[in-house]
Order: sequence, then structure tokens, then C-alpha cells
Amino acid sequence: MNVEHLVTMANQIGAFFESQGTQAEAVAGIADHLSRFWEPRMLHAIGEHVHAGGEGLHPCVAQAVRSITAAAAPR
Amino acid sequence: MASLNSLDYGTPARVGADSVTLEVDGVRVTVPAGTSVMRASIEAGSQVPKLCATDSLEPFGSCRLCLVEIEGRKGYPASCTTLVEPGMKVRTQSDRLATIRRGVMELYISDHPLDCLTCSANGNCELQDMAGVVGLREVRYGYEGANHLDSAKDESNPYFSFDPAKCIVCSRCVRACEEVQGTFALTIDARGFASAVSPGPAGNFMESECVSCGACVQACPTATLMEKSVIERGQAEHSLVTTCAYCGVGCSFRAEMKGNEVIRMVPNKDGKANHGHSCVKGRFAWGYATHKDRIRVPMIRKKITDPWQEVSWDEAIAYTASEFRRIQNAHGRDSIGAITSSRCTNEEVYVMQKLVRAAFGNNNVDTCARVCHSPTGYGLKSTLGESAGTQDFDSIRATDVMMVIGANPTDGHPVFASAMKRRIREGARLIVVDPRAIDMVSGPHIQADFHLQLRPGTNVAMINSLAHVVVAEGLLREDFVAARCEPQAFANWKKFVLEPRNSPEAMQAVTGVPADLVRGAARLYATGGNAAIYYGLGVTEHSQGSTMVMGIANLAMATGNIGREGVGVNPLRGQNNVQGSCDMGSFPHEFPGYRHVSDTATRTQFETDWGVALHPEPGLRIPNMFEAAIDGSFRALYVQGEDIAQSDPNTQHVTAALTALECLVVQDLFLNETAKFAHIFLPGASFLEKDGTFTNAERRISRVRKVMPPLAGMGDWEITAALARALGYPMEYADPAQIMDEIARLTPTFAGVSFDAIDRLGSIQWPCNAHAPQGTPVMHVDEFVRGKGHFVVTEYVATDERVNQRYPLILTTGRILSQYNVGAQTRRTANVAWHGEDRLEIHPHDAQDRGIGEGDWVGVASRAGETVLRAQISERMQPGVVYTTFHFPESGANVITTENSDWATNCPEYKVTAVQVSLVSHPSQWQKRFHDFSEQQQRFVEQRRPVHT
Repeated sequence: MNVEHLVTMANQIGAFFESQGTQAEAVAGIADHLSRFWEPRMLHAIGEHVHAGGEGLHPCVAQAVRSITAAAAPR
Repeated sequence: MASLNSLDYGTPARVGADSVTLEVDGVRVTVPAGTSVMRASIEAGSQVPKLCATDSLEPFGSCRLCLVEIEGRKGYPASCTTLVEPGMKVRTQSDRLATIRRGVMELYISDHPLDCLTCSANGNCELQDMAGVVGLREVRYGYEGANHLDSAKDESNPYFSFDPAKCIVCSRCVRACEEVQGTFALTIDARGFASAVSPGPAGNFMESECVSCGACVQACPTATLMEKSVIERGQAEHSLVTTCAYCGVGCSFRAEMKGNEVIRMVPNKDGKANHGHSCVKGRFAWGYATHKDRIRVPMIRKKITDPWQEVSWDEAIAYTASEFRRIQNAHGRDSIGAITSSRCTNEEVYVMQKLVRAAFGNNNVDTCARVCHSPTGYGLKSTLGESAGTQDFDSIRATDVMMVIGANPTDGHPVFASAMKRRIREGARLIVVDPRAIDMVSGPHIQADFHLQLRPGTNVAMINSLAHVVVAEGLLREDFVAARCEPQAFANWKKFVLEPRNSPEAMQAVTGVPADLVRGAARLYATGGNAAIYYGLGVTEHSQGSTMVMGIANLAMATGNIGREGVGVNPLRGQNNVQGSCDMGSFPHEFPGYRHVSDTATRTQFETDWGVALHPEPGLRIPNMFEAAIDGSFRALYVQGEDIAQSDPNTQHVTAALTALECLVVQDLFLNETAKFAHIFLPGASFLEKDGTFTNAERRISRVRKVMPPLAGMGDWEITAALARALGYPMEYADPAQIMDEIARLTPTFAGVSFDAIDRLGSIQWPCNAHAPQGTPVMHVDEFVRGKGHFVVTEYVATDERVNQRYPLILTTGRILSQYNVGAQTRRTANVAWHGEDRLEIHPHDAQDRGIGEGDWVGVASRAGETVLRAQISERMQPGVVYTTFHFPESGANVITTENSDWATNCPEYKVTAVQVSLVSHPSQWQKRFHDFSEQQQRFVEQRRPVHT
């Protein structure tokens, strides 16, 4: 998957949830959204990107991705 | 000309609690107060002769044929304009009445051609019928005097002719244009004997304001206004009720047939979505179904540079299955997927998603709603608890204020637009929120109270400003919110919208709309009585589409405008079965009924019923499929009834993805743009060949009836089921009714739905279950589906698609009345007479700056690509904004649009693309490549090798 596009999409999701409450709530919201709507290979790709430093990702988003990395293993 | 075998009550039905009992020809009859004597008489079983009366129009009282006698009254009142009174005794037949009626008919016939045997209305002509009813035996006046028999016909409209020689000047056509359609294109010109129906100063229908809705043709009691299809082929001999295949209004029609041939489509006056009205597409543009371009035999090829080979259905199905299995064996179970269609029935969509989940073994299924109303699903589910509009269409009759946001009803949903305009003429107020001056802003007897002409991409800023005014000026319905909504979420939202940065004054710099207009609109919406919001793709197709939908729901809840007739949040769905295709589990994360694939209880229910293990993780969305195709992890795609190569954004990206696929299967009527990249073509069935149901924008499930056999021999659901079996998954249904029974068994909101129930009730609005056995016209009445309404903070985030020196204009796109989406259907009809090409609308200032004149060829360049269109100078657009439609593939509108998308759903941001426009002298590079490729693919079809050679 094109990681650049995934980073853009993830940051858009982050921008929404960061406006909804505390940082912890934002991280939980982002993680829940990604888990519910992103296909595993997308989660895997963004997880790899975070593992490699997460360039371009907002901190909340990176944190959310890390929290679901275990579920993002490729099938 | 009236529909076959249709009983006409002469005047419209009245509703109300009060009733009146009277006696007609000795028969007691009770009717609602306000009913005409004519209607009461017909309900009592007495046939009153009539010509100027029809039950779709208000009484007019001009023909003097419906005179009756009323005990205790002098004279002979017209029964159409006389209202019933308690105890009234009416006589519809007497010697005196017979004499008067014969005299009236004699006068009519004295100026009417006596060519009944060769007339196109012969056998279904009200004038002919009435002549028989009144016993007309002679016409004493002859034709020697002045008459209209030599009047010239107007054949300008491609679908109907106007023969003034046959006109009796009953005004039914003029009144239909006013009352039913609301266009006011027709008038009665001159006075007395010279009176004549006139389509305005242009003198012919095609050059007039006429929108070719067919209401005048429907209303005409003679052959004056007549469908050319009837003139050419004669009267139909039977009819079947079915549902239109165009927009989300979902009009009910009677398909009038001669054998397997459609003679005409007549709007069904019993249809609850359209009440006997229609538009130019549904009424007339059905000829594509038998167009010569229809492909009727399956075809396969190894490479897209090969000519096609026709094969039998058995070969096609077996080859498709073998390709899917080969690719899954080589690249994994998740390497294939499918796209369902909003032009297919609920039953067809249901079996498609079942095929993917049960036979493919993954959740890689998505639908064309991805690119239109997916944010509606997300936004309304999050706030109200259900992914659907809240009202029925008839709710508009109780609306005092309508706010139309990012929708163009007169073009996109014309039949509902007529209902809106009728309500506005009755006094309802109108707010339009749109970058473009759509027809609803100002028209005959229509004037928006407020037009908030915002900059594209600033919807959320606007909705927050409207909410700010409601809260800051104390216009909230605190009692409603306290009783019906979550208090903490409301408090958070209230605090947010009250922030000064959300005020209209602060946001004026963003939206471009003067603050006083925003304040006025907010006050009107909050205090004007029943206020309803209707919105379209101008809301959803943005990077903040889902946020805007939630903002709309917030505003409706905050003002208590939800949960009763006349109010609500109403998405105007683009295609006939967008609602249904979403309901049926087309999204990669949801089973039918919007239940997440990770929900164990739901998944277990489907696993038990389908006899197969199902995946708990979401599949790929359409844009994700393209990405995965390009990176090589997605290798095969089965596309049913959608033309992604034309409809989806950034065409060059889409075609790169399609080219990367090892196997692309297209099931469609025509070799569309997507099929040019296909390896397998499975010929689909048009709506006239389908048996099933469509669900319209008001959640109304209506029957689609097969009026002719599938031209290619198989229904779409049969193709999908055969493919499932070929893949080793048993999928056996006797008919689509059995599929609906399975849907009802597994989907709580459909529990009470069956073909028998729909046939009994006419149509059903879901939810339909034990709690609502007749269906649910208005949702969220006592509580929200999710329990308490949930307010969401809707922070405005500017789109990444910004204008700059290189791309200084914003392009936005939309539809036009006569064409439909990618145009595959309407381009193959005479509708091209109204719109034969896509043009670029540009404001005079922007045109002048660039030296562009009307009709000039202009290049439109964006960060994604470039195309060339002809310019149309228009003040509908504000300076800095240009607009085009996307109905013709060679226009390449989506070559320009980008992959920016809604944050929550990936719905593309079609409505905001930064562009530059300049004068050019030749087509774009893309258009040249498109032309060459299309010619090559057309040759491959023409050179296809037939079966068994």
C-alpha cells in the first residue's frame, strides 16, 4: 500500500478525533476507527511505517497505531 | 393520455378528520369534508361525464360536462367545483342534464377532427369516451365555419408531439405544468375562440421552458399531447407496476406493454414516492434497455489487447471461477474482491456481498455509495443511530422551512423538487446553501429567502456558524435536548459552537458569506416552524463530508427538528438503490443491516445461516482496492453495474489500477469505460428485465417487476449464484422472493419485509418488523435509534486541496436534469437533445480575465490531470469557482478530480479541485489517448468471435 496516502488518511482521522476530547480519548478514538474501517494490510503497512519512525504521522496517530499493532499482522 | 384501465376520480382526494355524508343517485356515501361532488359521485358508483377534470389536478370547472342537479338548488352546478355538504342529494342523470351535455359535446366535436379510427388515442381517448357516454349522434354545426383543424403540429420534442388541431383547450396540460411540475412553461394564449395552448413565446416545446416531465402528456384527455412511441407502435395491451431505475426518488411506474415491448412508461398515481408524477428520465428515457449497444452474449479474453471471444454462459461462469481460484491460490484469499451496484436490486446486491463473504472468503466488497453517500451512513449512524434519512417524502407537506444544502433537486431529484416547489408556493420558506445559484434559488413562483453562496469546501464552517447563532441567540430547544439527547455530549458541543471563532462574523472570511445572511438563515431555521434539511452530494463529497453530516444532525437535534412530520434530516440519494445497496451489506465492514463484521453475535448468525466461517476484519474499500492493485496484493475484481473508470476520481490512477489487475470481470449492459479494461464480460439485465426490489431515499422498498425476459438470458442474481456454485459454495434460490426471505430472516430492520407484504401494502419503509409491521415513515419519533441523540464536535478543517497561483480556481461538479451519472443509460436516448456534451461553466469575470468566450475550447488543468471542454459563461457560479457535469466519458471530468477524500469513509472530494482554465486549440493528451484506446476497444467488440467458431 502507498504509505504516503495512508499517512495522509490517518492524519485526517487524527485531526477529527483530536478535536473530540482529551489526548487519551483521541488516541482511543483513532485506534477504534482504524480497527473498524481499515483492512489488515493497511494496518500492517501503517504499523510498519510507525515501526520505522512514523515520519509525517501526528503523534496521537502514531500512538494509536502502536496500540493496535498486534492486530495489524498480515493474514 | 391516462394510464390503461385507470379509474379517474376527477378531483384530488382530500384528507381530514371531518367527514360528510350525502346521497348520490339514491346511494349514501361518506367522504372527507372538502371533497367535490364529482369525486363523491364516482365513489358512490355514479360516473359523471368530465373532460377538464382529472384527479391529479385541482378542479377548474371549464368544460361544463360534469353538471349535476342538487335537490333544493337552482340550476346545474359543475360537480367538480361544488363541494359536498351534509345531507346533499345529488342527481347525476336526468333528461335535462343529458340534453345539456350533448349540446356541450356537440360544440367540442364541431371543432375536432373526425379521424378516430386512425387517431393514436383511439380506444383510450376521453373525448371519444364522453361522446359515447352522452349519446352524441349528430353534430349540427359542420366544419364550414372557422376552426382549428389545420393547425400545425409541433414535433420538436423527441418524445411527444403536440397537435393543436385535436386540442379542446381544457387547460389540463397548463394546469399540470403549474400544479404538478411547477414549471409554468405552458399558457393559454389569446382569448375566446382564438384560445390556444402555447409553450411560451418561442412557439414550440423544445425551445420553451418545458422540462419534458410528461405531466402535460399524462393530463391530456385527447391525442393532442401524445407519446411518439404510442403514435408509432399503437396502444399497449397490458401493464405492470415497477420502479424507475434512475434517481433516489424511486418513482413508481406502470410499464405499458405490447407483448415484451415497452410502449410507454406512465407514472403510477398510486406510487407513494411520486404520486403520479415523473421526470424526463423515468418517463421517456428507457430506450437504452433495447439499444443496439447492449451486449447479449458473455465474452472473455486473455489480455485487454486481445479481441473478445463470445462464450456460452457455462463457459463464462466456469472460466471466471477458475480465474478467481487461480489468483487466490497464487496470491492469497484477500487478493480478490467485488463491487456491488446501486442500479441493481436489493436481492442482487445481497447475493453479491454474500458471494464475497461466503465464497471468496473475505470482506473485500464495496459499492458505489463509497463515492456518494458513505458519509451519510457514518454521520447519521454516529449521531442518530441509523444510516438513513429520517422522513418520508410526504413529510414535506408539513414543512414550514426547508434548508437545501449541497443538493440540486430540480436536476438531481426532479419529482421531489416538484413537491418542494408546491410546498413553497403554499408558503413554506426556503434556505439554499450552495456555491452555485441552482434553479431553486429563484424560479417561477419560487424565491429562496436566503441563498448562502459559500465557497466550496467550507460547509463545516457554515454549519458551525448556523449552530453558533442558534445557541448564542437562545434559539435552542432545550426541552427537546434535555429529554432526547446525551447531556455531556451536548454540553461539549454547545461550548464548542459558542466559541467566537465559530461565529458568522469570524467565519465570513472562510465561507465568503456575509454574517447577516447566516444569522437570518439560522433564525429562520430555528424559529420558522417545522424545519427540514435536505442535502445531497454537495455535503458528502468533501474531505469533511462525514463531519458535515454530523453537523447537520447536531443542528436538527438542537432545534428539536427531528422525530415528527415536517422536519428531519434527509439525504437525497443519487441513484435508485443507493440506500438499498448500503442496507444490503455492501460495505466491507458491515453485514446487511449495518452491523459490523467484528460483532461476534451477528457474525455467528450469518455463519450459521450460510454454513461457512466468516471473517471478523473489514475488507478493502474501492480506493483501497485501487492502491492494493497497484502494489500487487489485489489481483482480481468483479464489478457489477458500475463504471469506475468514468465515475471515480483521478481517472489515470483508476485506469492504472485496472490495468494492473490479472482478472477484471465486468457485469453490465454495455461495454462501458471499465469494461474496456476487462478480461471477462458478463451481460447484465436492465431494470425492465429484473425481478426484485429497490429502496429509495426515504427507505421505501418497492417492487421491481420483470416486464420482459433478460435479453442475455440470465438475471443478474442468477449469474452471481451460478458463480458462487462454480466456486464451490452452494447458493440456491428459486426466485428473488426467496432471497428477500433470507434478508428478512437475518436483518432485524427487514424482519417484516417480503414480496407478499410489499404487494399487499404497495411499498414498505424500513424498519419493518414486529414493532412496525406496516413500516416506518418517520424515524426517531419517541427516541433515537441509538437511544439518546449524540452531539459531535465538528471542528472545521480546511481541505488540503488549496488554490494557489498555478491553480487559482476551484472546480466543482454535478448533474443535469436530462442526463444521469456516467450517462451510460441517458446518452443512449434522445435526452442528448438537451445535453449533448459536458461544458465548463465559468463566471464572466473569470472568462474575461482569460479571454474566454461562450463555446470556446478551454483546458482545465489540476494537480491530477488535464482535459479540454467547451466553455459556458454563467453567472450561476461565483467568481473563482467553475463547474462541470460528468456525463460523457470523453469529457474527462474525473481526469481532473483528485484522490482527496472524506476522513472517515474515503468518499472522494469531487466538489473541491483546484484548477487553472485557459484557452486551447486541441484536446488534452489524455483525451488523445482515450480516443485511441476507445477506438481499439470498440474494434475488439466489433471483431468478437462468435460462440462455437
